[in-house]
Amino acid sequence: MGLIWEGLREAVHILRTGDNSVWSITLRSLFVSGSAVLISLVLGILGGAFLAFKDFRGRSILLSLVNTGMGLPPVAVGLIVAVILWRSGPLGQFRLIYTPAAMVIAQTIIAAPIVTGFTAAALRHVDPRLRTQLYALGASRPQMLWIVLWETKLPLTAAVMAGFGGAISEVGASMMVGGNLAGETRVLTTAVMLEVSRGDFPVAMALSIILLVLIFIVNAILTSVQQQEKM
Amino acid sequence: MKRIRFGMLIIALLLSFGLAACGSDNNSDNGTSNVTPQAAATVTPKAAATTTTGTPAAATGTPVVREGPKDVILATTTSTQDTGLLDVLVPEFEKDSGYNVKVIAVGTGQALAMGERGDADVMLVHAPSSEKKVVDEGVGLDRRLVMHNDFVLLGPSSDPAGVTGTTKATDALTKIFNKGAAFISRGDDSGTDKLEKALWKKANLDPKGKSWYEETGQGMGASLQVANQRDAYIMSDRGTFLAAKSLSLTIVLEGDPALLNVYSVMQVNPEKFSLVNGPGGKAFADFMVSDKAQSIIKDFGSDKYGQPLFIADVGKTYEEVGLATPFG
Repeated sequence: MGLIWEGLREAVHILRTGDNSVWSITLRSLFVSGSAVLISLVLGILGGAFLAFKDFRGRSILLSLVNTGMGLPPVAVGLIVAVILWRSGPLGQFRLIYTPAAMVIAQTIIAAPIVTGFTAAALRHVDPRLRTQLYALGASRPQMLWIVLWETKLPLTAAVMAGFGGAISEVGASMMVGGNLAGETRVLTTAVMLEVSRGDFPVAMALSIILLVLIFIVNAILTSVQQQEKM
Repeated sequence: MKRIRFGMLIIALLLSFGLAACGSDNNSDNGTSNVTPQAAATVTPKAAATTTTGTPAAATGTPVVREGPKDVILATTTSTQDTGLLDVLVPEFEKDSGYNVKVIAVGTGQALAMGERGDADVMLVHAPSSEKKVVDEGVGLDRRLVMHNDFVLLGPSSDPAGVTGTTKATDALTKIFNKGAAFISRGDDSGTDKLEKALWKKANLDPKGKSWYEETGQGMGASLQVANQRDAYIMSDRGTFLAAKSLSLTIVLEGDPALLNVYSVMQVNPEKFSLVNGPGGKAFADFMVSDKAQSIIKDFGSDKYGQPLFIADVGKTYEEVGLATPFG
């Protein structure tokens, strides 16, 4: 219990003084996971709409695959992305390993199926008559998609929250493809791992608290957006 | 059918757009991390260097003799990171050379494997007998002695196996074995792990599979924390032990010549792998044996721990440090 208080005090202290590069690490976490979620959102909306509205052979298999992807183990994703991006791997010449870009790729692979799955589920629940009606009124495909998405913004915001939560809290993939490089690829989760291995529990606790607060703030903003649009 | 294909096309387009966006992350990262002025100052030149040099290397595929990439990947052991030594040395090197070092701290076994695959430019490791293979293969070039310290056997202060007082590591391990006292092993093929396994073998004991013998598979710092929580014995390099916080373990055995811990640096042979940064790897290896680095190593830790964590060894031979041969 003492450690938790010490962690809280330490969190306030390092936030105030900017020790342990805490601000740049926090911003990097936000940037990497935010980028991954934005890309996932684009992929997820298109993929989700495709899965929800199109009838084609193999759709249920594809849906099951996406649903499996919602629980992709980050450490497996990390290893596979790392092996591909290593210099000795097939995409080695792009020198992406141990860069924030590599982390964005890994986190996108983790978050995209979550967003896609949520979106597909949400869109399938939209009354099919709405779509027929929209077409009857002369809406184009993008217009139709836009209006239907607008109708499902509640579950869509939930999709973004789930995707963001999955991306920002994973540590295995970030460690493996990012390398936890100070000032380059160190994010909150990998920094916590490092401080724990150094036995500096107050700092580790402080970074964890900052991570929790960050996730809370992002979700609070998304929730307020969600609730506003509802009215 | 036509519509499906159209949808596929859009997805493909967006995918490529997404990847392109990833590629430019390096730059946008600077934009976001600009909040702390010092951070911005250090990050900006590095990234500028990567973007300018990264492109031609990627475009030509097989780079010629390059002044080339500014990134140097250093594969090293967890001890050099957990002690904080590299936090001091790397910025000095980066400042002097203009290179950007990517420190990948893993066990020595993994670090050597990274070198063998061409996934690192330079290796700083501490397992002489395993280093031999990498040197013999022609992958590890110009291996040089950097520094040494020693391994220590740690245990709970209650010392259930009564190890305190023994002078030989093999005797100490025999006592632990006979008592069946809790023992934590790295089990990650690191330099420390290799030494521990060699000592068990030397004592003609096989602890593997015993209920009191557990492997963490983690780095030195993390494993120390496990041993601490479990009141277990554990083998550690002295540096990581001294630098680790929140430990109640004490040294139960030290000073056996068999516990010598020797660190060497070698660059990865750029002739073997087209993507290896030869000049960068060489520059870092040269730096590690330079007067500047050696004087930093000599003093590192004295202020905090009352004793230096490493002994700088440039100018000495492996034999003078205490190894029977350069490879242990």
